[in-house]
Amino acid sequence: MTLLSSLSPAYAEIFLLVMLSVILIVDLFIVSYTKTLTYLMVQLTLLGCSLITVATHQNGIAHLFNHMFVDDLMSDVLKLLTYLSVSMMLVYSRSYLLARGLFTGEFLGLVLFATLGMMVMISACNFLSLYLGLELLALSLYAMVALQRDSATSTEAAMKYFILGAMASGFLLYGMSMLYGATGSLDVNHIAQVILHGAPNKELLVFGLAFIVAGLAFKLGAVPFHMWVPDVYHGAPTAMTMFIGSAPKLAAFAFVMRILVEALQPLMIHWSGMLTILAVLSMAVGNITAIAQTNLKRMLAYSTIAHMGFMLVGILSGTIEGYGSSMFYAVVYVLMSLGGFGMIMLLSREGFEADNLNDFKGLNQRSPWLAFMMLLLMFSMAGVPPTVGFYAKFSVLNAAVQTGHITLVVMAVLFSLVGAFYYLRIVKLMYFDAPESHEKINLQPDSSLLISINGLAVLALGILPGTLMSVCAVSVQQSLLH
Amino acid sequence: MIFGYHLLSVVIWLPIVFGLLVLATGNDRNAKLARTIALVGAILGFLVTIPLVTGFDRMTSAMQFVVYRDWIVRFNIHYHLGVDGISVLFILLNSFFTPLVVIAGWKVIEKRVAQYMAAFLIMSGLVNGVFAALDAMLFYVFWEAMLIPMFIIIGVWGGPNRVYAAVKFFLYTLLGSLLMLVALLYLYQQSGGSFSIIDFHHTALPSLSIQVMLFFAFFMAFSVKVPMFPVHTWLPDAHVEAPTGGSVVLAAIMLKVGAYGFIRFSMPILPDASHYLAPMMIALSLIAVVYIGLVALTQADMKKLVAYSSISHMGFVTLGFFIFNAYGMEGALLQMISHGFVAGALFLCIGVLYDRVHSRQIVDYGGVANKMPVFAAFFMLFAMANSGLPGTSGFVGEFMVIMGAVKANFWYAFAAASTLIFGAAYTLWMYKRVIFGAVANDHVAHLHDIGAREILVFVVLAVSVLVMGLYPLPFADIMHTSVNDLLVHLATPKVLN
Repeated sequence: MTLLSSLSPAYAEIFLLVMLSVILIVDLFIVSYTKTLTYLMVQLTLLGCSLITVATHQNGIAHLFNHMFVDDLMSDVLKLLTYLSVSMMLVYSRSYLLARGLFTGEFLGLVLFATLGMMVMISACNFLSLYLGLELLALSLYAMVALQRDSATSTEAAMKYFILGAMASGFLLYGMSMLYGATGSLDVNHIAQVILHGAPNKELLVFGLAFIVAGLAFKLGAVPFHMWVPDVYHGAPTAMTMFIGSAPKLAAFAFVMRILVEALQPLMIHWSGMLTILAVLSMAVGNITAIAQTNLKRMLAYSTIAHMGFMLVGILSGTIEGYGSSMFYAVVYVLMSLGGFGMIMLLSREGFEADNLNDFKGLNQRSPWLAFMMLLLMFSMAGVPPTVGFYAKFSVLNAAVQTGHITLVVMAVLFSLVGAFYYLRIVKLMYFDAPESHEKINLQPDSSLLISINGLAVLALGILPGTLMSVCAVSVQQSLLH
Repeated sequence: MIFGYHLLSVVIWLPIVFGLLVLATGNDRNAKLARTIALVGAILGFLVTIPLVTGFDRMTSAMQFVVYRDWIVRFNIHYHLGVDGISVLFILLNSFFTPLVVIAGWKVIEKRVAQYMAAFLIMSGLVNGVFAALDAMLFYVFWEAMLIPMFIIIGVWGGPNRVYAAVKFFLYTLLGSLLMLVALLYLYQQSGGSFSIIDFHHTALPSLSIQVMLFFAFFMAFSVKVPMFPVHTWLPDAHVEAPTGGSVVLAAIMLKVGAYGFIRFSMPILPDASHYLAPMMIALSLIAVVYIGLVALTQADMKKLVAYSSISHMGFVTLGFFIFNAYGMEGALLQMISHGFVAGALFLCIGVLYDRVHSRQIVDYGGVANKMPVFAAFFMLFAMANSGLPGTSGFVGEFMVIMGAVKANFWYAFAAASTLIFGAAYTLWMYKRVIFGAVANDHVAHLHDIGAREILVFVVLAVSVLVMGLYPLPFADIMHTSVNDLLVHLATPKVLN
């Protein structure tokens, strides 16, 4: 009994794994094409996970499995947001995938496996468990991208994703082994202690750090390790693109926090400089290249790169304030990204992908409400108040100004001006141009309700951003207090 | 005091709520309902601003009708509103114009009526927010948010080249705003974690070089909006392409927001940099007055002509600010209000012609007076006011600024006074070509005079122009204490020695 209750911080993961096994078996007996029962079970599993995460929440930091696993406020908050975004993604993509025959048991299983991977990443406290979670997520994603077997672009995207992802994992492992060599530990907190007190071989540490940062940059899609992002975003079925572009960013944030901030805080002076280069390049290349895109998914891919650059600005300022603002940025980004890809899927029909910029022409005349929601999302991505995207940029820039990175801030601001141009172009297409087709938009009640909630949330959080900001700041603060 | 403590909140949010109501009427089948709700909202929006004047205490320079609530506690950002003798006038001006714009677009706008009316109402509320905000972030949010409706107004209901103009307008203004954001974040740090504009006024910024950098950050935001030479090029484009209502709001309200920024931020927060850079500001202002005045003379498009004339008149405003005396400052503020009436009226006049002939080119007209005598009379009055004829509102501000300039330096005044010639030249020459002479072509021959709806709008504006020209004392009176306070601020250096 004591063993069972001592596992309580990991109940959510265990529950998910059990349910996953059940669902995989149950699904074998479901012949229905729509897989309604499986779908509902997945949604209920996510709901159950959130209830368990809330119920097992405890103040302070709990470690488990020989310090492999940590449960703190940050991990709980990030996990809850992960469940939410996975569940939203399923609602958005259901009819889209059904129309393409991709809404299969395997897909739902992979989604849950990926979710489990993210949960492990978020709660990992040791290089081994961090890597375990990362690979569980990545392998599920490779398979999801390749799910549409008869599409050449999808398989190409999956191939690229897999090869470059494997290389990134290699980088990470190499860097981790260097750190292990220098400190003799894989434990995140222990490494920090050893570096602080033992003053081990500095060259080896920085050498390992460089590889780790390169690996992280690959996973985040930061320039110059971004080549896979546009191809994968473009090639994968939109539902998978949405998945890649949403919840994994939260897990990636946790990953960066655990490695760079918790383990390698003493080397901040080194990684802060590296991240500055990555951030500036990402914002520059992402925003400028996005202008040239005619495909909305590619454009959003480059916009993701730019957003990741912005998120790094918060981390590289190296203060608790900065980490909190980065977390807020990641959460806000996920919200906007879900809405953006959700809109593409909403406008897509059977055999037709609304992923071309011209498909948005005259949307205001076809459906003023959807156009308004997209307007809110685009202005939020551009960072124009009163939408929440502004506060994401605001808090990150504020953290950077407080630590004296004025030049960086001015550059970030100028590149976000460049970014505003292509978001505005979408608004222009929707409002100023005449529609190319007058075909009726076939709306599903669940996804159209969700897009309304999503769009209005962007506005509502923009008018009252205080609570979410504080939640992010407090949870980062608590997890860093040892 | 019907709304008591919340009066300013009502002034801001009432038009926005009505705007959303109008939006809810949906498509053009309910156009009539949309127009009616919009008009009711606009008129109510104006009526609720009246207590601001009647209850205003002229004796104090402190902020009045203050609303103070927590907003984003983490960053010490507050929902902090208040007005002084300067901002109260602009809130009034803005709310005064909203019903006029709604009436002016009553018949002309036929497609997507609800969205058009809603955009204007929402913008009216947001602009009130800009003038009433006393928290820098609240100011910034209103400041940026008002770009969105204007962008849509130009882009949807504008002329043939509207997309280019809308995007140019948006990006130009956004560039300035983003640099201002950096400056605000820096001030937040310097002031020890406060975004209150009042605190900024007292924040020590001892190094001149830092003040100069901050000044340029603010300058980018405000000079684009004013607009000052050489960042004025978006204005003629935006004006020409915008629908009549959009041009009116741009000229009467939007340009004032930029000038207001100089008074609220640049000058009191950075007094030393303001003095240090005053020669540059004066030079840019005089270039705007003289050079842009000459540019206006050569325009073939009526809207472009009035747009350039606006830039030239706004040059007077910035000149008045940066000669740092009471005449100049009050003259500049009066000029801002007067220019609101006059430029707004002129754009409405051009709109009247454009609705009938669908051309803005001067050559397409001639002899309009034969067909539209009533209209010609109103147009005459506004053209005279634009050239600064004594007895109209245009005279008061220009005269005071020139008086102030004489005190500062004779040659400033000399250059500025040239506007009395250029202004008269380009306005009256346009007037002559459009209105007088023989009937030029069939279009003009088929013109019919303005109806009751248009006459109502013009009468209201004509009365305002004349009242302000003949008896400007109430306007000057209300701003007097605040202007003196601002001058005291400016005379107190933050840099020691």
